[in-house]
Amino acid sequence: MSNKPRDKRMSIDEVVGSLESGMTIGIGGWGPRRKPMALVRAIYGSDLTDLTIVSWGGADVGLLTRAGKVRKLVYAFVSLDSVPLEPNFQRARQNKLIPEVVELDEGMFQTGLRAAAQRLPFLPMRAGLGSDVLVNNPHLRTVTSPYDDAEELVAVPALELDVALVHLNRADEHGNASYLGPDPYFDDLFAMAAKKTYLSVEKVVDTAGLTVDSPVQRLLLSRMMVDGVVETPNGAHFTTCTPDYERDERFQKAYAAAASGSDEDWQAFHDRFLSGDEASYQAAVQAFGEETDK
Amino acid sequence: MSDYTRADVCAAAIADAFKDDGEIFASPMGLLPTLGVRLAKLTTNPDLVISDGESLFLAGTPPLGKKDVVEGWIPFRKVFDVVAWGKRHVMMGATQVDRHGNQNISAIGDFAQPKRQLLGVRGAPGNTVNNRTSYWVPRHSARVFVEEVDVVSGVGPARAKAAGAAASRFNDIHRIVTNLAVLDVGGHDDTVRLVSVHPGVTVDEVVAATGFELALPEGEVPTTREPSYAELVIIREMLDPKGLRFKEVPEPEAAK
Repeated sequence: MSNKPRDKRMSIDEVVGSLESGMTIGIGGWGPRRKPMALVRAIYGSDLTDLTIVSWGGADVGLLTRAGKVRKLVYAFVSLDSVPLEPNFQRARQNKLIPEVVELDEGMFQTGLRAAAQRLPFLPMRAGLGSDVLVNNPHLRTVTSPYDDAEELVAVPALELDVALVHLNRADEHGNASYLGPDPYFDDLFAMAAKKTYLSVEKVVDTAGLTVDSPVQRLLLSRMMVDGVVETPNGAHFTTCTPDYERDERFQKAYAAAASGSDEDWQAFHDRFLSGDEASYQAAVQAFGEETDK
Repeated sequence: MSDYTRADVCAAAIADAFKDDGEIFASPMGLLPTLGVRLAKLTTNPDLVISDGESLFLAGTPPLGKKDVVEGWIPFRKVFDVVAWGKRHVMMGATQVDRHGNQNISAIGDFAQPKRQLLGVRGAPGNTVNNRTSYWVPRHSARVFVEEVDVVSGVGPARAKAAGAAASRFNDIHRIVTNLAVLDVGGHDDTVRLVSVHPGVTVDEVVAATGFELALPEGEVPTTREPSYAELVIIREMLDPKGLRFKEVPEPEAAK
């Protein structure tokens, strides 16, 4: 028997094969930044349905709503930054294609994940008070401080996740992982709010390699938080994965144009990029890049 | 120097909104707010803490879109900490603002099936009950300034008071700067009030471009101050030599 922690490497198909319809899935990253897009694309092409998606949303939300995967969406915003509004998400909202939406303040979203990570039913905060977040989400309750101030605060319910999907720069085979870009986002919080966490990374390295040229503070996830590790180079494309790569703005433009175009426009985009597996996606992206370079 | 532009007036008015903030995090969303905040840092409030708009606090005051010496780390998770802590003044955009200073960036129309889905409420609910909040509106019109916003994202003072002490304690809607005027929420019953009209703009124009009854100050409406010579040099030579500000606020001649 090996005296090392177990090897958690998996394939994309194994991860998606372990998911079930009706699950609540948290997606890490932030808007159009460091999203586990390879895993999202695989869900897009799967037969999973009735998902609850919890995300600071970008194209992950756009793709999954376009594919009709989302029964309930929990978000604070959905944006592609350089394209401010996400056309697939807009389309889904304006045509009432998402049966249930929970639009929260950004800080409430973090607080909900924190409550889940701390195994608490809720945590109190000010955000939401006086706003239509409380009107449009009648399930939200307030709580009165038991101390002398007696302030009435929002009781943000725990955002408990069945599964978290996150993408980082490096990991070892056991699930210790580092981010090399400027912002950790909330990927550790997603992992702790979830029963299971699947991590995709640009590169799997040996454990010593994680800190050989990078400070230990960059290790965001410990293997305790991670159930599976998938090596997916360029797997956050077309979102950022600094410093491995920046956002593919040309591709994002093409995505946004297809998403806001006719059904035929989307079908053509789907056929070219999204109808096959991750390898064929990456090949199509490379061809697209070479074509637009000319 | 009299050849300043409307965009310069807006930048100076935005800078003035941050001049008395002391050593707090100035958090501008968008181009003109960024220009105004950096102008404030180089003139009236050198203690302001500014960022690259992403995850770094900048020690210097670079031109728009440029980098500078890093003095700290402000990833999104720490932004939320500072919001709750209160040492922050955010200037957000606003798709709609109503008579009571409520702001909407979420959706237009019925929330259940919007006519137009916008960003989502983002941090507006939390910002407005935790730290000083201002708004920047580059195109002042009756479509933006409406009687009632469709989705209250940012909370105005009347709604904050109605929601109780926890909501109103730190609610501080400071300024609404537009391409035509400077406004605040100091009108009767916490309503939006005209503070000043920009040079070359009449009160009637602002009233006509506002879709609710705008509170007016007592006496004559002041004119927003002209940017100083030093400010114009800073804007033109240092912060925005490429004239990016004219994309948001075109020169009045070009706007006609």
